[in-house]
Amino acid sequence: MSLFVDTLRWFVDPAHYQGSDAIQTRIFEHVELSALAMLLAAAIALPIGLYLGHTGRLAFVAVNVANIGRALPSLALLAFALPLAFALGLGLGFWPTLIALVPLAIPPMLTNAYVGARAVDRDVIESARGMGMGEFEILRRIEIPLALPLVLAGMRTSAVNVVATATLGALVAGGGLGRYIVDGLGLQEYDRLFAGALLVALLAILVEVAFGTFERRATSPGLRTAAATF
Amino acid sequence: MPAERGATVEFRDVTKRYVDQIAVDGLSLTVPAGKICILVGPSGSGKTTSLKMVNRLIEPTSGAILIDGHDVLKEEPTQLRRRIGYVIQQVGLFPHQTIDENVATVPRLLGWTKQRIDARVTELFSLVGLDPGRYARRYPAQLSGGERQRAGVARALAAEPPVMLMDEPFGAVDPIVRERLQSELLRIQRDQGTTVLFVTHDIDEAIRLGDRVAVMRGGKLVQYAPPGELLAHPADDFVAQFVGSDRGLKRLGLLTVGGADLDATVDRASVDRNAPVLAPSTTLRDALVRLLASESQIGVVVGGDRYLGVLTLATIGKMIRSDS
Repeated sequence: MSLFVDTLRWFVDPAHYQGSDAIQTRIFEHVELSALAMLLAAAIALPIGLYLGHTGRLAFVAVNVANIGRALPSLALLAFALPLAFALGLGLGFWPTLIALVPLAIPPMLTNAYVGARAVDRDVIESARGMGMGEFEILRRIEIPLALPLVLAGMRTSAVNVVATATLGALVAGGGLGRYIVDGLGLQEYDRLFAGALLVALLAILVEVAFGTFERRATSPGLRTAAATF
Repeated sequence: MPAERGATVEFRDVTKRYVDQIAVDGLSLTVPAGKICILVGPSGSGKTTSLKMVNRLIEPTSGAILIDGHDVLKEEPTQLRRRIGYVIQQVGLFPHQTIDENVATVPRLLGWTKQRIDARVTELFSLVGLDPGRYARRYPAQLSGGERQRAGVARALAAEPPVMLMDEPFGAVDPIVRERLQSELLRIQRDQGTTVLFVTHDIDEAIRLGDRVAVMRGGKLVQYAPPGELLAHPADDFVAQFVGSDRGLKRLGLLTVGGADLDATVDRASVDRNAPVLAPSTTLRDALVRLLASESQIGVVVGGDRYLGVLTLATIGKMIRSDS
């Protein structure tokens, strides 16, 4: 009970909205880190996944990347990223966390892009080719729009993972909402810890809802009708 | 502007060999411009492979395919395909696009102006019997099987191709819809003058639609002839069996009362009053049924108001046996 009240009090304390440890600053850092990680991961995963799905070759790559991705603990990734970031002269905090988050975000996007492009009805693709669409046009006009619901679902999974895991950045002296959790734990200030956990959870839910809404908006009504009819 | 538009399609000793089998073996045939050629045969006979070599979805191992004398292998595949209509059994409409977007596919690839595309799409809707107001903005999943097939034909004809390839287009619709789509295809084809290559395994469909029918077996062309000739003179036992033991009856379905040897010397007044009255356009098959059902051995043929003579069972029998 008192923890709940303490946390509420922590949130209304004006001091927590000032300086380098301000809530809005931490949220911004968290979102900045997550967004950049997502952007980099998407730039790697989506072209590869869609291309593999288009050609239908190297299915084992897509499947294995997904399996490895699921097996790797995020904390281990961070441990691997740390010496790498040092070696590259990137220091602590932001960069090693980013390096750890990118491989975490890739698997769901790569797998879904692959499966989405692969699952497009072969007859649809054959008739597209038979009407004189080039391979790139088939990918752009047919496969990507039809794979879009799955691609976006993969991005949603990745984004939620990334937002939740970006918290670990605080372990290597990074910013973001993880700061409250790690510091709260270290200083035994449980109101701060609980507030940080709450903020991360809210942010993750927000990302989930936003992607879900975008998914529905971006899906062609023709596909929604198909789902409703059959 | 009918019949001007079609192109001649010629297969010259075309062979398609896969590692372990020959799909098409030395196919040579010519489809005259503006005609419908039906490729028919059991599965594995090479009919679909032959069709797909025309638009290079499959590349021949050897031989040449010429459209109006131009070798398709010398053309850029995507350019070639934009000038050849293509319809498959599952239609392959793009599910994420509306029907009018689907129909506009090839004109868009060809870079037509928006006004020209819109005008053509509207024209195509009425050509295939779809109300543009009702169907243009719908998605494929909202259409029945028959409506989807019509949309598929409209899409294939969008850029006025001289040749249209159809791979069992009516295989997945029910018999009543199929028959209607067949009649409309004939109407559209005559109207547009497009050369059509049409694959089916249904011999009745082949006889109904074909100006010429190519019977294939094991990758080889067994017989290539107009339907009437196919029924009258099957090249071998395989063709005879394939066209069916009722081929005499099927053949009567292609012949009309007006084309039979009517006996005009019989006085109409002397004919049995129960005798059915037949129009010259009636098929001999229908006439035979009418005669058998009427307990009369004779039918009175009247064209317009004129009495043309009588048709007897013996005459029909002679037509079955006749060579022409």
